Amino acid sequence: MLEITPLHYSLLSAALFMIGVIGVLVRRNVIIIFMSIELILNAVNINLVALSDQLQDLAGQVFVVFVIAVAAAEAAVGLGIIIAFYRNKETVNIDEIQIMRW
Amino acid sequence: MPAGFSAADFYYLLPEILLTAGALLVLVVDVLLPRRESAVFGVTLGTLAASGVAVLAFAGLDTTISAGLLAVDGFAAFFKVLFLLSAGITVLMSVPYLQVEGVRAGEYCFLILCATLGMMFMASGIDLITLFIGLETMAISFYILTGFLKPSRRSNEAAVKYFLLGAFSLGLLLYGMSLFYGVTGTTSLAGIAEALAGTERTLLLSLALILLGAGMGFKIAAVPFHMWAPDVYEGAPTPVTAFLSVGSKAASFAMLLRILLEGLPGLMADWQVFFWALAAVTMTVGNIAAITQSNIKRMLAYSSIAHAGYLLIGVVAASDRGVTSIMVYLWVYLFMQLGAFAILSMLRRKDVVGDELKDLSGLYFRQPAAAIAMLIFMLSLGGIPPTAGFMGKFWLFSAAIESGFIWLAVIGVVNSAISLYYYIRVVVFMWLKEETLGSAITIRPAIAVALVIAVAGSLLFGVYPQVLFDQAQSASEMLGASVPAAVLLQP
Repeated sequence: MLEITPLHYSLLSAALFMIGVIGVLVRRNVIIIFMSIELILNAVNINLVALSDQLQDLAGQVFVVFVIAVAAAEAAVGLGIIIAFYRNKETVNIDEIQIMRW
Repeated sequence: MPAGFSAADFYYLLPEILLTAGALLVLVVDVLLPRRESAVFGVTLGTLAASGVAVLAFAGLDTTISAGLLAVDGFAAFFKVLFLLSAGITVLMSVPYLQVEGVRAGEYCFLILCATLGMMFMASGIDLITLFIGLETMAISFYILTGFLKPSRRSNEAAVKYFLLGAFSLGLLLYGMSLFYGVTGTTSLAGIAEALAGTERTLLLSLALILLGAGMGFKIAAVPFHMWAPDVYEGAPTPVTAFLSVGSKAASFAMLLRILLEGLPGLMADWQVFFWALAAVTMTVGNIAAITQSNIKRMLAYSSIAHAGYLLIGVVAASDRGVTSIMVYLWVYLFMQLGAFAILSMLRRKDVVGDELKDLSGLYFRQPAAAIAMLIFMLSLGGIPPTAGFMGKFWLFSAAIESGFIWLAVIGVVNSAISLYYYIRVVVFMWLKEETLGSAITIRPAIAVALVIAVAGSLLFGVYPQVLFDQAQSASEMLGASVPAAVLLQP
């Protein structure tokens, strides 16, 4: 029987991080890009908690609470910005976000 | 780490507490008082001044508070005064701009104060958690400020781009921080420096350093992480662009210096190579891209990218002189960059957007004083001798030579010469093109005050830079408190 160690959680976090980065780079829908960014932040959280367990140190878990709080604030602001944009432009496709180029 | 907070923690946090209280007061004043616009601006400027006085009162200290989360030292005080002054000048140039745009001042000033608060924590944080919270307080305020002109498509678009790339860069930065936490087992910069001293560089550490460098690279708009800057600078309201290009950049450099010199002196050889490449590419790409721009805000955005490159020279030098010259240059940059944006804010009228190069044509014949001020800012940005910009660049390049990075200094000088082309082009438009566009240009009192401060700074520190240099030197000495001098001075 395989025992689940903090290392496994760190690997899961690395995988989530990669999925998030790839999502940001290849998806064209603003909302999906935003979800990918949230995925990256959650990868950070998992990593911090796993490391905190491994190191037997509380700072990592405190860090996680702050990251969650900031991610929530960012989601509130970000969705507001996206809605303001959608009202003017009627699209959430980043290929059409192109009034300003070069 | 001692747990718990004491009364002294709150005492030394007085500048930040005053700023927070003032920000909340602005919201109340905005709702309650008649003639609210002038009251809001008054309260905002008063808050900034009060906070500035409190910062100066603590300027001579060198201590850590809140269980080792924050430092109250000369380095932090130096940057805090810079943030407060740039916020003040930004508010002054916003007065007529907001009126023309028809935007209520209450929430705007509240967000400016919140962004300043975040910057102050970035300059005084000595723990990854405090630095990250400060960074986000600033960044979230800026996301909203960028999109503040809700009916404007350009403003919306700028906000979306800034938000997505800012949040993405935050993700990279945080993952880098989490890896550093994993390797060292602590989030305090001093603890990280201690844990890394004498250890071999591992793959994990390199990865953490690259992620951290990329995250910070986004914030200071260094190439290749600069793509957001031109669009955001162009789309955001002009005073916000000004504050973004000065305050946000200065705060990010303060945070970068803290992390690199207090937390990662053990990896100096690695990050010097990383930032060497970043500095060279940033200067070159920024200056070359600026040449082709016809929109001044966009041109100043690329110029600001190039200036991030010059400032990175000081990071690479990593000596006392390098840190001092970064601090001097950020002050000088404050005056010339905010001055240029104050002129652009003034050009915004009911019938003219005022951010195209042609909107400046014939400025000398309509408002000679404004044209002469703009001339001084452009010469200073280009680094022509009697102005402050020259002294700033001189110190940065000499710091690079002193630490043995001759080629980086050469690249800097060549780039400085290239940049003159597009700065002088602005002057050509103001003096040699006679056609004039739009309604009369008036210099409102608030803008006049902002311009006088900016011109005075740009000239004074060019002729008599010793004051600034001495201040920066004594402030940067305190930064090195936890760094052995021998490590700092090695090339």
